[in-house]
Amino acid sequence: MNHAKLTGRMAAAMLVTVALGGCITVNAPEKPIVIELNVNIRQEVIYRLAEDAGNTIEDNADIF
Amino acid sequence: MGDMMNKVTKSVLAAAAVATAFGGFAAPAFAQRDPAYAAARADGEIGEKMDGYLGIVGAETPALRKIVNDINIKRRAVYSDRAKANNATLEEYALTAGCQAILATKPGEKYQAPNGSWETRGAGAPQRDPRCP
Repeated sequence: MNHAKLTGRMAAAMLVTVALGGCITVNAPEKPIVIELNVNIRQEVIYRLAEDAGNTIEDNADIF
Repeated sequence: MGDMMNKVTKSVLAAAAVATAFGGFAAPAFAQRDPAYAAARADGEIGEKMDGYLGIVGAETPALRKIVNDINIKRRAVYSDRAKANNATLEEYALTAGCQAILATKPGEKYQAPNGSWETRGAGAPQRDPRCP
């Protein structure tokens, strides 16, 4: 009876550890990936618009 | 003779129409800065911000505020048009124009560095956002 209780507690403790460990390994790589993606998208957009923006500045020399 | 005159009149009118049309298109490309804006810019009282708009560098005066606001309103309208044409947001287009406008500053003019401080353009490349092309 006592032995069974102890085994149950150990199992629960292991479950908690696994659960926590699982959370950490899932969350850690997710964050940097999102940030890198945002930076890439923004820079891509800026590169795509660069030529048009340069022409806009030349065509509107009075306000630049 | 009457027919001849008519032809001459017609060609003169056509030439005038062509000149007007070309003048209409060419005018913006040759438009110059307003002298008050050009002077304030050369004196470092007005500088190029990272966001694609003008800013007042030192002490604000009503005259400087008016120049900056008038131009920024016009810039915003142009950015808005071009952003739509390029399927981009106003902020994305304005930021890109800011990259280019800072790059186009002449030595002695003021521009905003990525840390937010006002810098004087030197002979070398300006300090720009790492995303700038």
